[in-house]
Amino acid sequence: MIDDDHASPLLEVRGITKTFAGVQALKGVHLSVRAGEVHCVLGQNGAGKSTLIKTLAGVHQPDAGEILWRGETNTIADPLAAIALGIATMYQELDVVDGLTIAENIFLGHEHSTGGMLKVAHANRLTRELLTRLGHGDIPPTTEVGQLSAANKQIVSMARALSHEAKLIIMDEPSAVLDSGEVSNLFRVIRELTSQGIAVVYISHRLEEIRQIGDRISVIKDGRSTASGLAVSETPTRDLIKLMTGREVANVFPDAVPVPANAPILLEVTHLHLRGHFSDLDFTVRAGEIVGLAGLVGSGRSEILETIYGARKATSGSVSVQGKVLRAGSVAAAVESGMGFSPEERKSQGLILGEPIYKNVTLSTFGRFARGGLLNEGAEKDATRGQIEALELRPADPERPARTLSGGNQQKILLARWLIHGTRVLLLDEPTRGVDVGARAEIYALIRRLAAEGTAIVIVSSEIEEVLGLSDRVLVIGDGDVLAEKNASDIDESGVLDLVMKGSAA
Amino acid sequence: MSEQKSPILADAAPLPGASHQTERPSAVKRILGGSVGRNLGLVIALVVLFIIGTITAGERFANIDNVLTILRLASIIGVISIGMTFVITAAGIDLSVGSVMGLATVVASLTAVQLAATQTSWILMVVVALAVGAVAGLVNGVVIAYGNVVAFMATLAMLVGARGLAELISGRRTQIVTNTGFLEFTRGSLLGVPLLIWIFVIVAIAAWILLNRTTFGRRTVAIGGNAEASRLAGIKVKRHLVMVYMLSGLTAGIAAIMMLGRTTAGTSTHGTLYELDAIAAVVVGGTLLIGGRGTIVGTILGVLIFSTLTNIFTQNNLDTSVQAIAKGLIIVIAVLLQQRFATRDTR
Repeated sequence: MIDDDHASPLLEVRGITKTFAGVQALKGVHLSVRAGEVHCVLGQNGAGKSTLIKTLAGVHQPDAGEILWRGETNTIADPLAAIALGIATMYQELDVVDGLTIAENIFLGHEHSTGGMLKVAHANRLTRELLTRLGHGDIPPTTEVGQLSAANKQIVSMARALSHEAKLIIMDEPSAVLDSGEVSNLFRVIRELTSQGIAVVYISHRLEEIRQIGDRISVIKDGRSTASGLAVSETPTRDLIKLMTGREVANVFPDAVPVPANAPILLEVTHLHLRGHFSDLDFTVRAGEIVGLAGLVGSGRSEILETIYGARKATSGSVSVQGKVLRAGSVAAAVESGMGFSPEERKSQGLILGEPIYKNVTLSTFGRFARGGLLNEGAEKDATRGQIEALELRPADPERPARTLSGGNQQKILLARWLIHGTRVLLLDEPTRGVDVGARAEIYALIRRLAAEGTAIVIVSSEIEEVLGLSDRVLVIGDGDVLAEKNASDIDESGVLDLVMKGSAA
Repeated sequence: MSEQKSPILADAAPLPGASHQTERPSAVKRILGGSVGRNLGLVIALVVLFIIGTITAGERFANIDNVLTILRLASIIGVISIGMTFVITAAGIDLSVGSVMGLATVVASLTAVQLAATQTSWILMVVVALAVGAVAGLVNGVVIAYGNVVAFMATLAMLVGARGLAELISGRRTQIVTNTGFLEFTRGSLLGVPLLIWIFVIVAIAAWILLNRTTFGRRTVAIGGNAEASRLAGIKVKRHLVMVYMLSGLTAGIAAIMMLGRTTAGTSTHGTLYELDAIAAVVVGGTLLIGGRGTIVGTILGVLIFSTLTNIFTQNNLDTSVQAIAKGLIIVIAVLLQQRFATRDTR
């Protein structure tokens, strides 16, 4: 079945290499994409996926190797040449213009006009056809793109690719900005495309998605192909992780440590209510316990964490840490009581990207290192080095700007921040978003270790599997209500989804 | 394979094949891109200006007295610019500094205040000027932080309002400073250097320590770099912003004292357009307008560049309009350079 000789490939990449300023980003990548298939390209951050995409899109020129398009050698000199061949690329940061309508966006750069006058009605009609092909004929072509959700902006981007009569569409982590409902819609659209004979190169590091949408997989590690054209259905996840990371991942989730029944209650949430989001929320977390909030995006789970932390002001109800009630709407009070929070958007809410690691690590505690208001940066760096060692944070240099770190290591900065603080209650919102598979296991192990040391942890994740694998106890959230409270071992992913679906139907 | 033994290394380094040295920019690039390099550029610009001054005006330019003149010229706007540096570092802006300074000169030189100062001590005038500045800054800060008004608009309102208040109080008349104690102090000199310059130096040193070595400075930089992350880390962002604007008002108050000493008069027109000179000096100095990075040394160099430029034009009896064009060019070039550094940082 995995035999390229029979079906002649649409695109073939043979051993391309690319060096930037002495750094070899690609060291020999092979790829063979057939018409009408979804070909997944897997790789950790920094493996060379982006360079590969940009080479196919004509942004970069390979130093060596060949690119064959429909069996003929081709040099893709620039992005226009790629479009002319029929290769369209959807980057993670969608290149749509918010102020223009859908039709204007789609025909941007190749407008239909007579004597300089735009043929607006014509463009709108063609746009409606393209949107219909993508199963979104209901969106009016004259809608301003700025009004659209991220998911619909992707549709516009795909319609634009179709308007160029693309034969191959490269999608760079398209699901990163979508919630699970939108992802299934995206998959429907992708199947629509492939049924029309269009090939899709799907870049992602979410293995679950690749299982759902992919036909074949190629894996890149450190700029080199470690596998090319594996059939998705015949390749176990364990093998894929090994191909990506070069090592065995025996068990991603660490074993839970039973929480003693007499462990003290550290966090108590009583009748907590945030107007428009959730109401009458009650739960407690004991020392050493990990409680997971499972639910879809929009279920109110992030708002719950933010309200507990005081980042949003509760309408009514109370939060207490170790028996002491916190002032509503005060992050400072929560931090003082020993609570820590790792926000959903790590880069915009958690870190000061331009500042060095140590200043990010001590962001909640630099006052403690100071005497009479005078900072003691040496002590801050020493404390940071201690955390770097304990958490195996890399690079192990406190002076490095946070921006230069990988997602997993940026997450470790936030954990280090709260470890130095001596946090007893830790709230984690999407702790592994943007963290690649290899580093996830490490984050999981760290979270479990913190619990074992007596921290009470509340975790929110859009990956239900993660919530279940990591937690001792799970609260299933739907529309701001707790639909069920279960031991994590007593429920599985489909059980959670069942509850969520029933809850929203009711 | 070391790669397999240490999994995290593979995660951290984008390309394990490349050594850490190749990932980092070369030492030369790092220094030029860093704060030292940026200040070095300003020092070079200043040296060039001195050479130009010496060539065009010769002895009239290159003598100690003229250097002191330049420094005295720089001192008042310098003190204001230092306050502005904190505000801009915190990702804010304070357009009101000039008119707040004007208001402070008027209030501190009111007949009633001067009379009370004569009966007690000239220090009273100093305290009044500082208090006016601090209160104006407090109002700015509260409106911005707790009223959620954009800093540009809030301080623009203060610019207009404070100027109007100063006119109302003074009846648009110039109020002469008669208090001898005050004049002796502010017009005095120490070791041959006028007191105005000493005040500038002391404020500069204090500000450098405050920005670079204290928790106050760290909070300022953190809030400017990412206010939301700072808030979620437990920093009281609103309260701190109020203090930053109060600091800016306070430096306007200090500048008012210096202005009263230099001109021996308080008037509502003092400090007109000073806010623009201050912002220009701060930005030319290398403080990022988007916040998160501030440099006191850069600001001082920025102020010195502008005051040296003014001095050269005066010494050569050149048109002030041409000077304004030169100033404009310097600002544009500095911002262009700054953007290049900024994009290099974010790459």
